[in-house]
Amino acid sequence: MPAVQETIDQVRQIDVDQYKYGFETKIEMDKAPKGLNEDIIRLISSKKNEPEWMLEWRLQAYRRWLTMEEPSWARVRYPKIDFNDIHYYAAPKSMSGPKSLDEVDPELLKVYEKLGIPLREQEILAGVEKSKIAVDAVFDSVSVVTTFKEELKKAGVIFMSISEAMREHPDLVRKYLGTVVPQSDNFYATLNSAVFTDGSFVYVPKGVRCPMELSTYFRINEKNTGQFERTLIIADEGAYVSYLEGCTAPQRDENQLHAAVVELIALDDAEIKYSTVQNWYPGDKHGKGGVYNFVTKRGDCRGKNSKISWTQVETGSAITWKYPSCILRGDGSRGEFYSIAVSNGHQQVDSGTKMIHLGKNTSSRIISKGIAAGVSDNTYRGQVSAHRKAENARNFTQCDSLLIGDKCGAHTVPYIEAKNSTAQFEHEATTSKISEDQLFYCLQRGIPEEAAIALIVNGFVKEVIQELPMEFAVEAQKLIGISLEGSVG
Amino acid sequence: MLEIKNLHARIAEDGTEIIRGLDLTVKAGEVAAIMGPNGSGKSTLSYILSGREDYEVTEGDILYNGESILELDPSERAAKGIFLAFQYPVEIPGVATMQFLKVAMNEQRKYRGEDELTTPEFMRRVKEAAAELKIAPEMLRRPLNVGFSGGEKKRAEILQMALLEPKLCVLDETDSGLDIDALKVVADGVNALRSPDRAVVVITHYQRLLDYIVPDTVHVLYKGQIIKSGDKTLAHELEAKGYADIIEAAA
Repeated sequence: MPAVQETIDQVRQIDVDQYKYGFETKIEMDKAPKGLNEDIIRLISSKKNEPEWMLEWRLQAYRRWLTMEEPSWARVRYPKIDFNDIHYYAAPKSMSGPKSLDEVDPELLKVYEKLGIPLREQEILAGVEKSKIAVDAVFDSVSVVTTFKEELKKAGVIFMSISEAMREHPDLVRKYLGTVVPQSDNFYATLNSAVFTDGSFVYVPKGVRCPMELSTYFRINEKNTGQFERTLIIADEGAYVSYLEGCTAPQRDENQLHAAVVELIALDDAEIKYSTVQNWYPGDKHGKGGVYNFVTKRGDCRGKNSKISWTQVETGSAITWKYPSCILRGDGSRGEFYSIAVSNGHQQVDSGTKMIHLGKNTSSRIISKGIAAGVSDNTYRGQVSAHRKAENARNFTQCDSLLIGDKCGAHTVPYIEAKNSTAQFEHEATTSKISEDQLFYCLQRGIPEEAAIALIVNGFVKEVIQELPMEFAVEAQKLIGISLEGSVG
Repeated sequence: MLEIKNLHARIAEDGTEIIRGLDLTVKAGEVAAIMGPNGSGKSTLSYILSGREDYEVTEGDILYNGESILELDPSERAAKGIFLAFQYPVEIPGVATMQFLKVAMNEQRKYRGEDELTTPEFMRRVKEAAAELKIAPEMLRRPLNVGFSGGEKKRAEILQMALLEPKLCVLDETDSGLDIDALKVVADGVNALRSPDRAVVVITHYQRLLDYIVPDTVHVLYKGQIIKSGDKTLAHELEAKGYADIIEAAA
């Protein structure tokens, strides 16, 4: 069938070569030697002027990590990673910690300008209302600047790099760090606990609705450098915060490792909305290079009637291994997971969520949209469980996969477990292809093939796009279009 | 406007010949009806005109305004003014009808080197055309054709036709699945678009639609050829006597 064949051919050429964030910046860097041992960890800790307990915590994690094995259950294949061939610390020489905007190296500011990240404290126009977004910019191993800090401080909101928080708010960090993702959680989380270099810290006090969107922008620039960031967000009783992270990396032939840990804690009646637009370099069209994205993200609905919502748009990375999860501990708490995972070229995605119902009357909702093109593999892996005491747990799961071409794969692997007979779990799954009929219909209306695919795909993911903060919804839509672009005539 | 010359075409996948030496001329301003029994090649003809790649033209030519269109892909033909109203309009989940209309109109404008429509101008045109076809604004917010009734689907097709302002309209079995009220609305919509610089090809199995869209010429298609042409009285003749006599006479 020629019409379909042509689409397949076009999509096959999809280019990952069109990655527009692939530029590299020459900046003098202060790097730790390659390799991982206790001395390196001591070096990282001293570079960051950390308190002694933090160093101990890292070393404990490191010793634990030495006894662990890399997980192999995910549906992804990659050559063995040599953990001693990686730099665990890399920071621009000019940086000895986050500074005010005026002090930041202009070269760095240019990088973010090129990436379209607003570091100037400007008001960006979104629809009718002007809204502000505070940004924490993390470059390789360090946070280079955090904007709108003063304004947030007035509202009582703490938003800074986690290194800074460790020095300025050690009690808060110590109280919550590792309480959602323990040091021993899994291979990559344990590695992260030992070597994490920076990330964001957010604390929203009781009853405060954070006055603006918060966001962190991660950039891996250096060669052979791993990025291990750690983010910790706490919404105290009745607080609300919406947070967005974005990420890009230069185009390189070698693979880069990114192993982050994100912990969210929502106390009574608090709500955290966490959105991700992940656009790490996916590798070239032959599958060379790209970021290995091994991430542990978990939210703890610790308080009554608390709510945590994850929204993710995953278009980048050679390999994605992440399962943003919710522990529904507080009675009446609610967890949500909205995901769009686009894989193209040789990308491999194994992603999904876990909803662990512990408290009474807890509810969760999972909407996952996987789009596979090229020779990629796209797996949804999700767990929904109700524990013995989780009376009236409710879950609704919907997993839809869309295939473009016939060389890619979509898989759905749900694990459902209810130990309480009052639990009600629903699971719906569909797999479809962009049909020749749909495509021809669009063409006949004068819509060229690429625009038609973008239109159909955007229709497919609409439910999830609606969950993103408005400013990013448009961006995400464009990104999906670019990720699926064929040969532009 | 449209000249089909000794057209031979087959299904690309298995080589089955469907159109076997078809000749047809339709002038600007003309409404031509193509009638024929099931399996005569009516729908295939509509697909070949609009450029669907499942079919291969092996001989002959299709001229549109004097130029061959065989090398043009479907979206180029559409942008040049060829519109096909589908017998079975396709569902596009998640894409609001309004959004689809905007993308289609602007893509065609882009191809022709015209500026995109401004939102108020687009809204004005849609509202006007929708009102003519008794289409509620609520329907325009729903995903295109998803959960539409048979009548709604066909009205949505005519709405697109009205907004895209094609020069050659091909209506493939537009009457199928319509009750008499819906049929009248659709026929009124088509009649409103009749103009001296626009040609309409109405493909239908039954005379019924032609009571409302009165054709200038009627052509009988059988086994991939036009075996008889005439004026609107030919349609009545077919209605009264069936296809058998004409087929026999042509054999």
